[in-house]
Amino acid sequence: MVTRGFFSGRRPPSDTDARIPPGQYLEQGFPVLSAGPTPRVRTEDWSFTLKQGPRPIKKWNWAEFNALPQSKMTRDIHCVTAWTKFNTPWQGVMIDDILADAGIEPPTAYTLALSFDGYSTNVPTKDLVTGKAMVALLYEGKPITPDHGGPARLLVPHLYFWKSAKWVNGLQFTERDEPGFWELRGYHMYGDPWREQRYSSDP
Amino acid sequence: MSAEPSPQSPWQAATITRIEKRTPRVTSFWFQPSRPFVHLAGQHVDVRLTAPDGYQARRSYSIASAPGGGVELAIERLDDGEVSPFFHDVAAVGDEIELRGPLGGHFIWEESDGGPVLLVGGGSGVVPLMAMVRHRMLGNTAVPVALVFSARVWDEVIFRDELIGLDDRRDGFDLVLTLTREPARRPSDYSRRIDARMMAQAVERLPKAPKLAYVCGSNAFVSAAADALIGAGVPAGTIRTERYGV
Ligand SMILES: Cc1cc2nc3c(=O)[nH]c(=O)nc-3n(C[C@H](O)[C@H](O)[C@H](O)COP(=O)(O)OP(=O)(O)OC[C@H]3O[C@@H](n4cnc5c(N)ncnc54)[C@H](O)[C@@H]3O)c2cc1C
Repeated sequence: MVTRGFFSGRRPPSDTDARIPPGQYLEQGFPVLSAGPTPRVRTEDWSFTLKQGPRPIKKWNWAEFNALPQSKMTRDIHCVTAWTKFNTPWQGVMIDDILADAGIEPPTAYTLALSFDGYSTNVPTKDLVTGKAMVALLYEGKPITPDHGGPARLLVPHLYFWKSAKWVNGLQFTERDEPGFWELRGYHMYGDPWREQRYSSDP
Repeated sequence: MSAEPSPQSPWQAATITRIEKRTPRVTSFWFQPSRPFVHLAGQHVDVRLTAPDGYQARRSYSIASAPGGGVELAIERLDDGEVSPFFHDVAAVGDEIELRGPLGGHFIWEESDGGPVLLVGGGSGVVPLMAMVRHRMLGNTAVPVALVFSARVWDEVIFRDELIGLDDRRDGFDLVLTLTREPARRPSDYSRRIDARMMAQAVERLPKAPKLAYVCGSNAFVSAAADALIGAGVPAGTIRTERYGV
C-alpha cells in the first residue's frame, strides 16, 4: 500500500541495500533495548556456566573465561525495533571454543542463553556453533559497557539482536525449543531478520 | 491504493480519523483500523510508510488510549527524522496508514496486576503510561498510582490538562511534574532532572512500596530514572522499562 505523500526518506545508498534486511533502516548510533534496569555486574562476581537441563557441566570465573582462546567478529547487527548497524567489531570467546574447553560436543539441538537479570532467550544450538556465535567481551576493542550488556554478552549476529543476550552468564542445553523471556512475550522463536521474523505471528 | 490486506498479513490499513496538536512538538493521531483490535495498556503498534518505488520506513509508536478507547498515537516531531515529520507535515484526516499490532507483552499494566504502581515518563515516554492512567480511571479501580513526568517546560507537558484534572480528583492517582528547564508551577512539582531523592519522595506518596514500576522515554532518560529508582530502594525486579531508542 503506497502511503499518500511519502516519497523519499532516508534511503540507503544502493550499494548498501543488499545488506539491509526488509523493514530495517541504517543506524549510525547504537541504541539500547532492555526489559529492565541495567544490572551492574562486577567482574569479581561474574561467572559463566554451561548446563545440560538443570545439571551444570562446567563453570568459569572471569579470569578463567578470559584465558580461553579469543576471536574477533565484525558483523552487521539487526535490532527488531528496525535499526541495522553495519560493521560492529566484537572480540570474545567463540561458542565452539567454550564447548571445546568443556570437552563436549553440543548435547542437544536447542539452547537457552541465560542472563544475570533473569532474562533468557532461545537459540537453536546449530546457530551457536561452527563459527556463528560468541560470548563477546570487547566492543571496538574496549570492555562492553553495562548498558550494552557488559561485562559479557552473547553475540548471534545473524538473528535479531534480542537473541544476543546481554549480561549473559550461561548457556543451558535443552531437549525442546523452550521460549525465553521475549519469546514468551510475543517475539518470534527463531528471529531471522531476512525473513522478518519479528513477532510470533510472523511465518 | 489497495486497502485490503492479504488475509495472512499482520499489516492492515488504518484511517486517520482525527488529528489534534497536544504541545508545540507533539500531535495526537486517532486511527480507525480496518480490522479493529483491543490492546492492553502499554502496548504499541508498528507503523509502515511506503513510497511509490516500494521503499518502506517503519517505526514503533505506543498507544495512548485506554484499552477499548480506540487507537490514539501521540507522535513527537524530530525535525531531522524520517517518519515523525511525515506525520506532522503531511498526514491528514482520511489518509490510510499501514499498521500492525497491538504489540509488546512486557511493558503492560492490567488491572489484575494490581499495585501500587509507580510510573516514570520522560517526554513522549509518557504515552504508554497515559494508557495505564486512563485504563485505571475507566476501570474505576482504587489501585494507587503515582506518575512522575519529566518535561523540559510547562508547555511541553503532554496531556497536561487531562492529567491535572485526574490529579484533582484525589482518588488515588498522584501526578508529579518535574520541569528541567523552567521553575515548578505547582507545589508538588520539581524543577530538576529525576534523581534518587525525587524517586524516594514519589514512593512515599504511595500507601506502600510499589509492586510495579514502569519507566519509559529516551534511552538516556530510562537509564537515569531506573538507576534513581534503584537508588531509592525500589527492587530491580519490580522495574519494567521501555526505551524509545537513541
Ligand atoms: C516501543 C516503542 C514505542 C515508541 N513510542 C513512541 C511514541 O509513543 N511517541 C513518539 O513520539 N515516539 C515513540 N517511539 C519512537 C519512534 O519509534 C521513533 O523512533 C521516532 O518517532 C523517531 O522516528 P523518525 O523516523 O522521526 O526519526 P529517525 O529518522 O529514526 O531519526 C531519529 C533521530 O536520529 C537522528 N538520525 C537518524 N538517522 C540519522 C542519520 N543518518 N544521520 C544523522 N542523524 C540521524 C535524527 O536526527 C533523529 O533525531 C517509540 C519507540 C519504540 C521502540
